[in-house]
Amino acid sequence: MEAGDRLRTVRGGVRQTAGGRTAYLGDQFFLWLTRFLALAILALLSLIFYEVIVASKPSLQRFGFGFLTSTEWDPVAERFGALPFIFGTVASSLIALILAVPLSLAVATFLVELAPWWLRGPAGVAVELLAAIPSVVYGLWGIFVLVPFLRSTVEPPLIRSLGFLPLFRGPAIGVGLLAAGVILAIMITPIITAVIREVLLTVPRHQREAMLALGATRWETIRLVVLPYGRAGILGGVILGLGRALGETMAVTMVIGNRPEIALSLFAPAYSMASVIANEFTEATSAIHLSALVEIALILFLVTILINILARLLIWRVSRAVPGAVRE
Amino acid sequence: METVTRSTPPPVLERSEVFLIGSLRVEGLEASYGGRQILKGITMDIPAGAVTAVIGPSGCGKSTFVRCLNRLHEVVPGARVSGRVLLEGQDIYAPGVDPVVVRRRIGMVFQRPNPFPTMTIYQNVAAGLRVNGWDRRRTAEAVERSLRMAALWDEVKDRLHQPATGLSGGQQQRLCIARALAVEPDVLLMDEPTSALDPVSTLKIEELLIELRQRFTLVVVTHNMQQAARVADRTAFLLDGELVEFGPTAELFTMPRDRRTEDYITGRFG
Repeated sequence: MEAGDRLRTVRGGVRQTAGGRTAYLGDQFFLWLTRFLALAILALLSLIFYEVIVASKPSLQRFGFGFLTSTEWDPVAERFGALPFIFGTVASSLIALILAVPLSLAVATFLVELAPWWLRGPAGVAVELLAAIPSVVYGLWGIFVLVPFLRSTVEPPLIRSLGFLPLFRGPAIGVGLLAAGVILAIMITPIITAVIREVLLTVPRHQREAMLALGATRWETIRLVVLPYGRAGILGGVILGLGRALGETMAVTMVIGNRPEIALSLFAPAYSMASVIANEFTEATSAIHLSALVEIALILFLVTILINILARLLIWRVSRAVPGAVRE
Repeated sequence: METVTRSTPPPVLERSEVFLIGSLRVEGLEASYGGRQILKGITMDIPAGAVTAVIGPSGCGKSTFVRCLNRLHEVVPGARVSGRVLLEGQDIYAPGVDPVVVRRRIGMVFQRPNPFPTMTIYQNVAAGLRVNGWDRRRTAEAVERSLRMAALWDEVKDRLHQPATGLSGGQQQRLCIARALAVEPDVLLMDEPTSALDPVSTLKIEELLIELRQRFTLVVVTHNMQQAARVADRTAFLLDGELVEFGPTAELFTMPRDRRTEDYITGRFG
């Protein structure tokens, strides 16, 4: 009681002196400014969410849950279903992850653990520069280099040797899921590599030395100590890459083939949620077509949020299972 | 031994010479880091089956010295080593010698307890065995034996499969000692093993050192002269990268031959 009174007196005293008062007001102002800005972000997010729901209402009411399961996309007959687009987005992003994660792990490990000292800095910067290339440039490169290369060199031997699997069946067109996945992989590799590199740099030297001193080779040290130590952060980098892949529009639109179909083959053309919005939004004439496109945006929004939540849970679980992993 | 200096090359080893397991001989050891010379030619015999303490003020190169004995200094970019370190008469820096094999014979415990946080207590002790390809049964035996040797078994036997980070600092350091002992080295290097620990844990580790010297060659770096006096059979005093004096601990502390040693142990600097 008495202590509380004394505290209050001190605080009042500070408020009365001129210098103290300014500092106190400054703190208050800063608190409210940051609080306002933080809440503004939340408000903006809610507003987008609200607007998207309102705009997709006609489509929501007309197609209901069927929108998620229908594979039909017919603007003329005004029948719309989003499944091919969900499939295209998820499948191309997964292909991208499968290709990009091992590559990024290898590149980051090389840069941090194995590369000669003089190469580490420049090579690291070069990897980060890759992330700065505009996606339309990747798309152009995809159309003129990647797609012909896939069509002539990669797909035919795969069809010949593994064609008994549905995954590798069909004509070698070049454009399609595989091309989209490869382009996405190239685009997300820099960001995943950069994050993993930062994570590996935070692994304390004494951890590596402890393992080396036991008579472990470099590879064993990396595999048993360095990578496990950074696993929560590595997972974070992978999720960041996945988030980029899910939302990427331009480059994917240019190489995925833009056909709303679900095929098991990697070589078949497909369509992604972001691509269909970009392609059809300006040309949509009927209200219901427009509304269906907005509903696809809503789904993309939700899918992205869902994956981010899952990722947070995963990272939280991994770092909680190892009490020391996120400390230090 | 005092007659051997940098300018006189060591005598060529005869085939018939007999070496005690875990005996170390250092000849003209020089080390630098980023162009700065840290060790300026150190020559000394480290006896097997005894505790050798290395003392000296901070920055004198004592940490670098032990890190050269298991070829760990060279893993840091910009680090250079020259000279010879003979383990049982064989130079561990000779061309063709695999540092990985050297480190399996010469273990190390670090200044701060550094258990692997992603592993359990059991996995920590077994980490070195795993890379040496031991099978399950032998590993399990070695884990228990090492934990007993490190005087930690009774405290952890009921929670072997819990994260090692749940242990106290002193327990973690004994875990690191058990981890180093598990691969059955002949030499154990300790770089200020108690500097991050409380007095009770320090005492436990010192008792452990005295017990372990029967079976291992121990080299202990310490900034604590009382600790050297308590545990070491022989003590080396390093100053500015040079070996000033090396002899039986009691002798070095009671009648140092070198003026600088006397100044250091009487607290005139350091």
